[in-house]
Amino acid sequence: MQEKQPFLELYRTMMLIRLCEERLAKSHSRGLVHGACHTYVGQEAIATGVSAHLRLEDVVFSTHRGHGHALAKGLDPRQLIAELYGRETGCSRGRGGSMHLFAPEVGLMGTSGIVGPCILQAAGAGYSFKLLKTDRVAVAFFGDGAVNNGAFHEGLNMAGIWKLPVLFVCENNQFATEVPFACSAGNPRVAHRGAAYGMPGIELDGNDVLAVHTAAGEAVARARNGEGPTLLECITYRTRPHSEGMGDFTYRTREDVEQWKTRCPILKLKRHALETGWASIEALDTLEREVAAVVELAHEFGEQSDWPNPATATHHVYASH
Amino acid sequence: MRQLTMMKATLEALSGEMARNPAIFVLGEGIGKRGGNFNTTSGLFDFHGPQRLRDTPISERGFVGLACGAAMTGTRPVVDFMFADFVLDAAGEIINQIAKIQYMSSGRIKMPIVLRGCIGIGHAAATHHSGSYYSLYAQFPGLRVVVPSMPGDAKGLLTTALRCDDPVLFLEHREVLGLKGPVPEGDHLVEFGKASVMRQGSDVTVVALALMVHKALAACDILERDGISVELIDPRTIAPLDHDTILRSVAKTGRLLIVDEAFAPCGIGAEIAALVADVGFDELDAPIRRLNGAHTPTPYSPPLETAVVPSTEIITQAIRDLCDE
Repeated sequence: MQEKQPFLELYRTMMLIRLCEERLAKSHSRGLVHGACHTYVGQEAIATGVSAHLRLEDVVFSTHRGHGHALAKGLDPRQLIAELYGRETGCSRGRGGSMHLFAPEVGLMGTSGIVGPCILQAAGAGYSFKLLKTDRVAVAFFGDGAVNNGAFHEGLNMAGIWKLPVLFVCENNQFATEVPFACSAGNPRVAHRGAAYGMPGIELDGNDVLAVHTAAGEAVARARNGEGPTLLECITYRTRPHSEGMGDFTYRTREDVEQWKTRCPILKLKRHALETGWASIEALDTLEREVAAVVELAHEFGEQSDWPNPATATHHVYASH
Repeated sequence: MRQLTMMKATLEALSGEMARNPAIFVLGEGIGKRGGNFNTTSGLFDFHGPQRLRDTPISERGFVGLACGAAMTGTRPVVDFMFADFVLDAAGEIINQIAKIQYMSSGRIKMPIVLRGCIGIGHAAATHHSGSYYSLYAQFPGLRVVVPSMPGDAKGLLTTALRCDDPVLFLEHREVLGLKGPVPEGDHLVEFGKASVMRQGSDVTVVALALMVHKALAACDILERDGISVELIDPRTIAPLDHDTILRSVAKTGRLLIVDEAFAPCGIGAEIAALVADVGFDELDAPIRRLNGAHTPTPYSPPLETAVVPSTEIITQAIRDLCDE
């Protein structure tokens, strides 16, 4: 990871997520996004650092806050934005929306409106990969809200017993919607729970993409080598409300949010790049303009795309519709 | 044709399909070396080993959710609940995930998964080992629900389930597992959504499921001696439900009795009655009648247990009454 190119790719992916989310937030306020919209702003380093190690055929199971996971795994931003706009060209053909993004072609096996099942499903994918004798890996991304759910216990236990090739990535953004994690856990150190299931548990600065990248690289290598699962706890913070349009300062202060904005993962990597000299400010600015153009085109694509045909509303309930 | 128990018949189906398709694996408590509480996997562990006959911890929600992820990624899990009551902790995984993922992914992810377990009242098993949940599952789009009553059908339906890309609930009544019947050798498939006409008749149509098919058959014999001709239909699958066979029969007989051990309110009997009232109203010569298990948790003590299930005598009388209307 000392070469320049991978750093730039991490920067590009985080920037793509950030600018897509800002675009979607704007579109939500304009009524273009029809349902809920949970943005990933502030947490970009985690999906980016983990997914950089994944191959196309590896799979990711995500949460209600899943746009970043989808983009990092390779979803075309046009398909993401079109899906949130409810269009036929969206990745779920307008059947899913923000919380049900599916793109098996790039290994995105779903974002979910229910907290917890992604952990079990990733374990199941790991079971498949082991049975089929491949070296593919599965990743479950989930928030701190999921770790007190039974699915966390049952999923990590089974993955531990059967040494499944899975990464359990807890994005501890410190609030389950508005309930502080500190009020929800007898033992608030999520990483420490790895020991209970016979797997390494590693606590990380989730806003440091290089730290996430390094730890995830080791975890993916372990999984591919048949050495079993890893639990990563990435401490982070979302700097927008739980969901677009919701209030934000009944459960946390403006000062807290502003303070965390100074720890923005993108700014952090930018500072590191400029200090160490692996990228110039001009190069980063150019990259940012390129990404902004991609996002703008994706937005236009979404807005101009056709609505799904209402006559197809009951298609795909069964394999042969 | 040779006679096998339903237990043996479904084992033959599973065994054949596991040999044919290396992507099939079974998850459940005691389904490895032990061969399953109901011998559902007897002998298979020695052939296929622990990865394909996977004993699980008592984590119903966990292994059903795991099976969902496995089905999404190239394998074909069979989840053996032992008792269908045990899997209610996993209802969210079945109803919210397994049933919906084909739809949410606009058909690009298939969900080839079989969820099997015992249902039904008997053996003084009391209320945590005797529920019938088929109507519940049949209400949700995305699930197939199979309720076999005969060994031959069970083999054919399980084989179909193991080749189907939809999630299938395969619910086996405990009191019929040991009953013998003719079972075809070799490849045998029974299509979903095709009812079986168990008896042809002209006076009254009876639709029954699982153990109630056997009790209704006994009633048919008694009534035949009295000159009452009963047409007995076993839907075999309730999702999809074979509308045509039921409607055709009612058009012939003009009378319909539905016999279902499970609860009456919002159940499959109510659904069939509504279907006939809606589409077959003009064919009816008498009101549609239903017989159901009592709307109560299942009691333990044998006389109480017997009291909550429709008996052959009650079914026989209900048919006589209907013919008099």
